[in-house]
Amino acid sequence: MAAPDKSLPVRQSSKALPMIRHMIKIEWERVFIWLVLVVGAVVMALPFLWLVSSSLKLEHRVFQFPPQLIPKPIRFRNYVDALTYKPFPIYLKNTFIIVMLNEVAILGSASFCAYGFARIRFPGRDLWFSIVLATMMVPFFALMVPSFVIFSRLKWIDTFLPLTVPFFFGGGAFNIFLLRQFFRTIPEELADAARIDGCSEFGIYARIMLPLAKPALTTVAIFTFLGGWNNFIGPLLYLNSPDKFTVAIGLATFRSVMRTRWDLLMAASTAMTLPVIAIFFLLQRYFIQGVVMTGLKG
Amino acid sequence: MSMAVRQLKRLWPRTRASRRTLLGYIFISPFILGFLLWFLLPALTAVWLTFTDWNMISPPRFIGLGNIQRLFKDKLLVQALKVTSTYTIVSVPLALVVGFVIALLMNTKIRGITIFRTIYYMPSIVPAVASAVLWAWILNSEFGLLNALLHAGGLPKVRWLQEPEWALPALILMSLWGLGGGMVIYLAGLQGIPEVFYEAAEIDGAGRWSKLWHVTIPLVSPVILFNLVMGIIGSFQVFTAGYLITDGGPQNATLFYVLYLWRNGFQYLDMGYAAALAWVLFLIILALTLFIFKYVGGMVYYEEAR
Repeated sequence: MAAPDKSLPVRQSSKALPMIRHMIKIEWERVFIWLVLVVGAVVMALPFLWLVSSSLKLEHRVFQFPPQLIPKPIRFRNYVDALTYKPFPIYLKNTFIIVMLNEVAILGSASFCAYGFARIRFPGRDLWFSIVLATMMVPFFALMVPSFVIFSRLKWIDTFLPLTVPFFFGGGAFNIFLLRQFFRTIPEELADAARIDGCSEFGIYARIMLPLAKPALTTVAIFTFLGGWNNFIGPLLYLNSPDKFTVAIGLATFRSVMRTRWDLLMAASTAMTLPVIAIFFLLQRYFIQGVVMTGLKG
Repeated sequence: MSMAVRQLKRLWPRTRASRRTLLGYIFISPFILGFLLWFLLPALTAVWLTFTDWNMISPPRFIGLGNIQRLFKDKLLVQALKVTSTYTIVSVPLALVVGFVIALLMNTKIRGITIFRTIYYMPSIVPAVASAVLWAWILNSEFGLLNALLHAGGLPKVRWLQEPEWALPALILMSLWGLGGGMVIYLAGLQGIPEVFYEAAEIDGAGRWSKLWHVTIPLVSPVILFNLVMGIIGSFQVFTAGYLITDGGPQNATLFYVLYLWRNGFQYLDMGYAAALAWVLFLIILALTLFIFKYVGGMVYYEEAR
């Protein structure tokens, strides 16, 4: 099942009829596998279709049973109504500020640390790297309460600081790990050549490693964006005033006021999902690469 | 000024080896600082909190083992553990097996693999809040998609989010929508298996099941282990669905552990008890991870070159 049986027809080449029969069997099998995958894909896609379809319906058409999949008439105004009911432009701006700060923090800090772990040999390095790996396993919720206490002592509640400042310190164990793995694949000769030319270790990091690590940095940047855009619990914990809300919190509060306006709720949910899907399609290669780097080298 | 520079120069190590050590620590210093500030300090704070009774308003009161004693008498904690472990025991293996089978089917050099991969993967990147709002609507008992499908199949409507026995299965179903994330990792692992391994197995007379069992599964076992550990850590921390869709109900049927933890901390402002609950979560995940690495990890096959 895992690999096509290319050799099988050859093995039976002395008998023509069984070979043809065998090939037909293989063709049937391919059709069957294909059908299973198609059915699965339809199941996976149905919620999306339902999402978009509901977002384009008239208010009362939403409550039609059995429902129609293609709305008639198609109502694009739902998007305008949904996105102007709450100050979504402000939420968008806030999310954007947080995500941008996260990008700067993570790309800078994680790559800096990763360089140390990947390219410099010093006593204690392996111990600290195992601490990096260990922090990856610590559940967010285990430290949520004490972190909140610390941030409230610092008077950081209802600011963006708890959602941005910590990332400047290492940028997350997972990102350090990912970039370290990438740095280790870059040949040492390049760095040696630069050292002979009098380049410092910081110069090698900034002028040689970072440009070469663009694909890995792009992957990290994408996942940082997703993390910031999708983050719900962080903003829920730390942001109280509506003018500081992010898109995720905005959507959640929109739901609590719009209990039964499913047309508008679906429009807002579609709008929040769209950027993620767009980035996926534009940068699919880096997405898959990131997933591969997490799973296979871990 | 020049004094200061001279002082600094004296500090700069003479030998190559010690210079490298200093450089190394300079490079990893952001992580070390971050570890001290955002891991060690909260962990110590959590130890302190566990022995106090504190609502963040009046001054904290030392109560010794009071919070820990409370853990053993807490009926809701038992319920939260039951809900979370049921969710984990059902959803993690299901996602693991179904994701793996789909990846196997996709790895047969079939037409349209990139389209399939995209469709299966996309649900796993939908923002949690958007996904929760969408599924609240899909699971709506009167007008939802799921009941419409049941209706089309001649089955009665189910009150998914109102019946205690159906609410958790409904959220498990929702979690399976995201199994594409693990599937993509399997697929990458499967595609990394060199063709020669299969050819060698065929020469030895291996059929497809024995190839699956003796070549494919051993070679992707590190990936399976990774997905298993990550799946368990993730499912013990499911929050958004329980918080937004069911609010833990009906009758605490979807009272996930971290939702209960959240309520104690930020609704009842019972910081000490919430910290004790957090330790329990940490210990459970630690124990499960160690258990898996010890007993399942031994079965994992690692290539020399990796």
